[in-house]
Amino acid sequence: MPMTSAGMQKTLANPELQLAVYTATGRLMDKRKAAVDSELLPEYQELRTHANALKQHTVDNLDWYLEEFERNVEAHGGKVIWCETGAEVANFVLELAKKRDLKLIVKSKSMTTEEIDFNEHVEQHGLEAVETDLGEYILQLAAQKPYHIVAPALHMTRYEVADVFTAKLGVERETVPEKQTMIARRVLREKFLAADIGITGANFLIADSGAIVLVENEGNARLSSSAPKIHIAVAGIEKLIPRAQDLGVFLRLLGRSATGQHLTSYTSFLAGPRRAGEADGPEEFYVVLLDNGRTKLLDKPERRQSLFCIRCGACLNHCPVYRKIGGHNYPWIYSGPIGAIITPQFHGTAKDPWLPFASSLCGACGEVCPVKIDIPKLLLDLRSDVVESRGNTVERLAFRMWAAVMANPALYRTAGDFASMTGTSERKWKDSSSMLAVGPVKAWLSQRDLPGPAPKTFRQLWKERAK
Amino acid sequence: MSAARQAILGRVRSALKRAPGAPPPPPPPVRLHAFPTSLEERIEQFSTALGKLNGVTKVVSSESEAQLYIDGVVAGRTFCTAASTRDEIVRADVGVSGVDYGLADTGTLVTLSASDPRLVSLLPPTHIAVLDASRLLSTLDELLQLLPQPALQTASMVLITGPSRTADIEQILVRGVHGPGELHVVMIR
Repeated sequence: MPMTSAGMQKTLANPELQLAVYTATGRLMDKRKAAVDSELLPEYQELRTHANALKQHTVDNLDWYLEEFERNVEAHGGKVIWCETGAEVANFVLELAKKRDLKLIVKSKSMTTEEIDFNEHVEQHGLEAVETDLGEYILQLAAQKPYHIVAPALHMTRYEVADVFTAKLGVERETVPEKQTMIARRVLREKFLAADIGITGANFLIADSGAIVLVENEGNARLSSSAPKIHIAVAGIEKLIPRAQDLGVFLRLLGRSATGQHLTSYTSFLAGPRRAGEADGPEEFYVVLLDNGRTKLLDKPERRQSLFCIRCGACLNHCPVYRKIGGHNYPWIYSGPIGAIITPQFHGTAKDPWLPFASSLCGACGEVCPVKIDIPKLLLDLRSDVVESRGNTVERLAFRMWAAVMANPALYRTAGDFASMTGTSERKWKDSSSMLAVGPVKAWLSQRDLPGPAPKTFRQLWKERAK
Repeated sequence: MSAARQAILGRVRSALKRAPGAPPPPPPPVRLHAFPTSLEERIEQFSTALGKLNGVTKVVSSESEAQLYIDGVVAGRTFCTAASTRDEIVRADVGVSGVDYGLADTGTLVTLSASDPRLVSLLPPTHIAVLDASRLLSTLDELLQLLPQPALQTASMVLITGPSRTADIEQILVRGVHGPGELHVVMIR
């Protein structure tokens, strides 16, 4: 099972990219740490425990809350559309657009629509779908996928952004981020005002209110959900929470864990289209509930917690593997530790068997997860799935031999003596260890040195001490 | 699409071993704690929190004083209010709106579409929000105690915490990316 790919090697060999990712994730780690400081937020651990219990309860009774949510959306004049796959989501939007002769879609950042390649689907049929989150917009122009759940263009420098803007927007080269941002504001403002449909994701679906909640900083989700005549929110079925009042727990965790903000600039709580007497807002309001494989994650009770994720990105920032290999070397748009546990459960472990192994099991991901998903435990579970399904005979043989040696004192002693003989001088060890550099061991040695055995075994030292 | 509905709910129920319509056990209790603080404290907290985000709080004692401050910020530029048309809002330099509540600990404004338009506080580069100090609450928890189900009152409730911002290019903070980059809160007490 190859653990590294050409893409990873390229990322590892790119010092600018390494620095960019390391700096950005490091900054996000610092900000989170300051925001959950026990003096500032003494109830932080209690909030995590409560959030976990709320998600557990909701997922364990998901059918009930889905139906309650649907009833309440309809009570406020909205509509719920159920979709099994991404293609069904695209078809729903395409049909609506065709019926009303609508052409332009503005979109605010949504991992769920990234997951189903929504833009590609609808653009094939002549619709224009414009990403409006600044990072997502840059990536759309550059034809790239998000690098990070929260900071999609985290890997790009202002100079790369300048190149993209010059090439795609025909503007003069501009390398100052403030001015680049204003270019995007100008272009996208026109799109917002002309758009027929606004598509957003949803950070939370509130069952008792039939409402969706959008958490953002730029204002593009507010614009997407209030300027066009039609608002469509696309959300995974796991986004439910029971009550509006539960936001007191979740909102205080999400901003802090993602960017260290106590609350993000804008939190929109939206229940249905504009009502009688309201000055503005959409005339139609749809919530698309998407499965796309989520129900598969419900089968095993101990793995349901994979669906608790509120997409804060903290586990990515804290992961030593993500920080080295970056976001684009993961096979799906969900990267980092959360990607390593959900991708195999959505797509099967056979497709990218290395994923659950892309972790040092240091435990940082589980420790910072605001909803207390036991990510390290799930990684181990999935590793055993991979091993069981593969029946790797070489590896099995190696472990059997190792077990035999460990269980037999005489064999263990001989092996120890033999090993320490190879390590009597540094040069001798280098020679003998380089002989090991074949197959998977070679890949391992390409990034690391194998420490030599000690000149004397523990048994020898013990014997000498006893004398 | 109802086929998808049936299929999804069917799979959910079979995985969870639940019968259709079976009520769930009671959910974990609502966890909201509000600690009452004095108005002085709340105003102080609000203006400190908003100040950290580059927002300005101006406490005034009358509507005429508020008007004076607003005139000063507008300074002859075009502005829009709840009475403006969409075109006027699109063209305005400044949006002047009321807001329904404030949250002291985070410097947050709460605006309901039932009482105020959505675009006035969103489209113009500068937003001036007028808040009656008696509606300044202590925390988000207190708001959720006061409005346990906001959807019963309004189609949209937006919490505004500071100006619009982004850090998508090299994590450099830029204000005013899509919403207002400048935010003034006039608090009448």
